[in-house]
Amino acid sequence: MDLELLIKDVLATDESPPAEGLSSDRRRSRAAILQWVGGKVARLCILLVAVSVGSFLLVEASPIDPVAAYVGAEVLNIGPDQRAQIEARWGLDDPAPTRFFRWAGQALRGNLGTSMIYNAPVAEVIRTRFAASLGLMALAWLLTGVFGFGLGIIAGSRPGSRVDRGVRWWVYTLASAPTFWIGLILLYVFAVSLQWAPVCCAGPIGADPSTVGFGDRLHHMLLPAITLAIVGVGSIALHTREQVVTFLHGDAAVFARAQGERGWGLVRHHLLRNAAVPALLLQFASLSELFGGAILAETVFSYPGLGQATAAAGIRGDVPLLLGIVLAATVFVYAGNLIGDVAHRVADPRVSLLPAARA
Amino acid sequence: MTAFAPLEALAGTARGRLGDRRTRTLATAAATVAVLLVILVAGTLLADRAAHTNLTARNLSPSLGHPFGTDRLGRDQLARTLAGLRLSLLIGALAASVSAGIALVLGAAAGALGRRVDAVVGWMVDLVMSIPHLVLLILLAFVLGGGMKAVVIGVAVTHWPSLTRVLRGEARRVAASDYVAVSRRLGRRGAWVGRHHLAPHLVPHFTVGLVLLFPHAILHESGLSFLGLGLSPHEPAIGILLADGMRYLSAGAWWLALLPGLALLLMVKTVDVLGQQLRNLTDPRTVQE
Amino acid sequence: MSAPSSAAAPAATSVPSGPVLDVRDLSVVFLQYESGLRRRRLEVISGIDLTVDAGELVAVVGSSGSGKSLLAHAVLGVLPRNAVVSGQILYRGEPLVEARLRCLRGREISLVPQTVASLDPVARVGSQVVRSAELAGAADPGATARGALRGLGLPESTDRLYPHELSGGMARRVLTATATVGRPRLVLADEPTPGLHPLVVAETLAGLRAMADEGAAVVLITHDLLGALDVADRVAVFYAGTTVEVAPVSRFAGTGAGLRHPYSRALWAALPGHGFTPLVGAQPPPTALPPGCLFAPRCPQRSPDCERARPESRLIDGALVRCIHA
Repeated sequence: MDLELLIKDVLATDESPPAEGLSSDRRRSRAAILQWVGGKVARLCILLVAVSVGSFLLVEASPIDPVAAYVGAEVLNIGPDQRAQIEARWGLDDPAPTRFFRWAGQALRGNLGTSMIYNAPVAEVIRTRFAASLGLMALAWLLTGVFGFGLGIIAGSRPGSRVDRGVRWWVYTLASAPTFWIGLILLYVFAVSLQWAPVCCAGPIGADPSTVGFGDRLHHMLLPAITLAIVGVGSIALHTREQVVTFLHGDAAVFARAQGERGWGLVRHHLLRNAAVPALLLQFASLSELFGGAILAETVFSYPGLGQATAAAGIRGDVPLLLGIVLAATVFVYAGNLIGDVAHRVADPRVSLLPAARA
Repeated sequence: MTAFAPLEALAGTARGRLGDRRTRTLATAAATVAVLLVILVAGTLLADRAAHTNLTARNLSPSLGHPFGTDRLGRDQLARTLAGLRLSLLIGALAASVSAGIALVLGAAAGALGRRVDAVVGWMVDLVMSIPHLVLLILLAFVLGGGMKAVVIGVAVTHWPSLTRVLRGEARRVAASDYVAVSRRLGRRGAWVGRHHLAPHLVPHFTVGLVLLFPHAILHESGLSFLGLGLSPHEPAIGILLADGMRYLSAGAWWLALLPGLALLLMVKTVDVLGQQLRNLTDPRTVQE
Repeated sequence: MSAPSSAAAPAATSVPSGPVLDVRDLSVVFLQYESGLRRRRLEVISGIDLTVDAGELVAVVGSSGSGKSLLAHAVLGVLPRNAVVSGQILYRGEPLVEARLRCLRGREISLVPQTVASLDPVARVGSQVVRSAELAGAADPGATARGALRGLGLPESTDRLYPHELSGGMARRVLTATATVGRPRLVLADEPTPGLHPLVVAETLAGLRAMADEGAAVVLITHDLLGALDVADRVAVFYAGTTVEVAPVSRFAGTGAGLRHPYSRALWAALPGHGFTPLVGAQPPPTALPPGCLFAPRCPQRSPDCERARPESRLIDGALVRCIHA
C-alpha cells in the first residue's frame, strides 16, 4: 500500500529527538564546567565584598561606642588615658577606610581579627563552633526533610480529608510558634521533668571535649535538633503538599489513574519522584532559616555553637566576631543554595545539567 | 463521584453547617480582626497592672487570682502577657507596614521603570537574602543600639525582600503584557497605566503579603527580645517574659515559659488565619472548590 | 507496521449481545467560584446518548470547548472532584461503577490521551510502557512493552528517553503503545491527532481502525471530521455539550442532505470544499446555556416549541437525532 511505503519513508528520516537534557549535554567539555564553577565562585566573592562593605558601613554608622561595649559597666570609671590606650590597642582611632582596608587585607589572609569575648582569633572561634553547630543543623535538616516530605505526601494525597486537615492545622500552628518557646517546652518536659535528655551544653559538664563520645554528643544534640526540626517541618510539608495536589490534578496523574494506578502504586511509581524534585530544592534553600533558628535553639540549650556565639557577639558588641560570623553565614547559605541547584539539576531530567546560556 | 449521583445533590464539600465557603471565609476574617482588637484594648487597659510588683507573691503558680501565675517580682503574668501581646502587635504591624511599603515601591519600580532599575532591585534582593534573617537582625539591632527603635527598623529592613520578589515578578509580567503595550500605543501616560493596569494586580498581592509579613515580624521581634537585643527588660515583651522564665524552668516554674509563649502562638496564628482568608478572597486560583 | 503486534483478537468467551459501551443521557456539571462570593455551575456535558458495539469505531466530532474530551474521563471515572455526574454509563450491559472500573481500567478499557503531558515527566519512556503493561496484567510486562514499542517502529534507543525529549510523532506512538499493551475491549481515544504531521495522523487513525477490526469498541474523540470519516463506522456530532446527531458515516457525503440535524448540515456545509459557508454566532458557553434546544438561537428552522424544552434523542431512519423538526 502506498501509504505504508510513505510512512516507512517518514520513519526513516524522522529526526532524532531534541538534544535538550540528553547525554550529549552531560558530555560537555570540562572547559564549560570549569567556566560555570568559576562564575559561581566569582559571584560569591562579589557577594562577600558587598556584604563586608555593607556591614562595615553599618557598624560605622552605629551610635554604639565600641569601647563602652567592650568594657561594659566599668566604662564610667576609665579615664581618658585608659580610653586612648584601649582605642590604640584595637586600632579604633584610625579613620574608617583605613580600618576597613586593614581589616579586609587581614581577612584575605585568613586573619579575621580577635574576638573580644573569647579572646581568641575570630577564625578559630568560628571554625570550632561551626563544627559543633554543623552537627546540630545536619541532624535537624535530616529530620525536617524526612518528616516534612512524608507529611506532605500523606496530606496531599488525601486533600480535604481529616488527615490532611490535621496535618495542615498542626503545621500552620507550628509555623506560628516561636522557636525558642518550643525549645523551652522541650527543655522542661524532656530535660527537667522526665530527665531523658541533658539540660544543656554539647557534652557532660566539665568533661574534656576530646573525650566525649559520639553517643554522648548525639544525646546532647537531640533536643536542640528536634526543636529546629519541629519548626522547620512546616514549610517543606506544606510545599510538598502543594506539589502533590498540583501533580494529582495534572494530566499525568489523570492518565496514570486511567491506566489503573491507585493508592500506593500511584504514590510509589509517580508521586514520590515528582514531589521529591522540588522538595530537594526547598530543603537546600532552608539552610538560611536553619541557621537563624540555631541561634535561638543554642541559646535555650546553652549549646556552644556558632549560634550562641552570634547572640553573644551581638549583645556584647564584639565587632570582629560579628563581622566574621556574618561572612561565614553568607558563605554557608550560598554554598547551600549552590548544592541545592546542582542537586536539582541532577534530579530533574527536564532541566539540563548545565545552563545553556547565562541566566 | 459515581455516575449515579443525582444532579440536585451538589458537591458535598462546598456546604458546611454555616453556609457556603465564602461566607465562612468572611466570618472567619471578621472574627480574627475582633480578637486582635480585644488584645489591643486589653493590653492597653492592663498596662498598669502589668507593672505592679508585689514581692510577697513571687513565682506563684496559676490560680484564680492570677490565671497565668506571677513572675519573680510578683507581677501578674496574665496582665504582662496581654501587655506584651499588644506591644508585639503594634511593633509587628508597624514593621510589617514599613517593610511592605518598601517592597511595593521597589517591586513596582523594578517592573515599570526598565531593565536597569530591575537589575539593581534584583541585586539588592539577592544581597539581603543571602544572609540569614536573624543574623542580619542581630547585626542591625547591635548597630542601632537595641531598644524599640532598633527592633522596628531592624525587622522592617529585613523583611522586604521576599515580598519584593513577588511584586517585582507581577510588575514585570504586567509591564510586558500586550494590553499595556496597547494602552501605551493608544496614548495613555504612565500614571494612567500604573493606576489601571499595574495597581489592580499589585494591590491584592500587597495586601495579602502585608498581612502575611505580620506574623514573621512578630516572631522576629520576640526572638530578638528573648536574646536580649530587643526591647529593654522593663518592657513586658513576650520574648523578655520567656527569657526571664527560662531561668526558673529548672525550679519547676513551667507556667512562666509555657503560657506567655502559648498566647503569642495563638495571636500569631490568628493573624495568619486572617491572611489566609484574605488570600482566599482575592486569589483566582482558589476558584475551584 | 502501525497495527498492534500480532496477537489474537480479545478472547471473547461470551460474545456480548448488546453494545460494549452504552451512554444514556450523561450530564457532567462543574461547580466553581467566581470572583467574590458568587458560585456558578458549568454544565459541560448535558445529555449525551451514545452506543458503541464491538468492532465498531464511533467518532465523536465537535468543535473545541464542546466538552467532548470530558466524555472519556467520565467513562473512566477520572473526572475532577468537583464534578457532578448524572445519567447512566453501561459497559457490556452492566452499570460502570467504581468497583468495576478498578478492575477494568488499563485492562479492558484503555485511554489514548491527547498529549505527551500525560506521561510522567520524570520517568523514562520505556519504564512507563512497562508499567502500563504491568497494570494491564501482562504475564511478562517487559517483553510486552518492548514488543509494543518495536511494533510501532520505535527503536530501542527510545526506551531510555524522557517524555520531553520525544518528537511529536514519537510521542504519539508511545501513547498508542501504552494503550495496546493490554488487549482492550473499549478504547477511548481523546483527540489523538491535534497539530500532527498528516502522515502521522493517518497512521494513528489507521491504528485505531485496526484495533476496531480486531474486535475492540473504539471511541474516537476529535475535531477533525474529515479524517474521522476515513476510519469511522458512525459519527456522533457534538454541540455545546450534547450529541445532536449520531449517524452512519455514509450520510456524510455529497451535499449532506442525508444528515437530519440542522447543525450537522451546517457543519458539513462549513467545510472547505463543501461551500465553506460559515454559521453565524457561536457556541453558548457552559455557564449560559439556553433553555430548550441548545442550537435554537442559531438554527434556521427554529420555532417557539424549540425554546420550551430540550429535545429528546429520537431514532429516525437509522440515526439518533435531537431535533423536533427532523
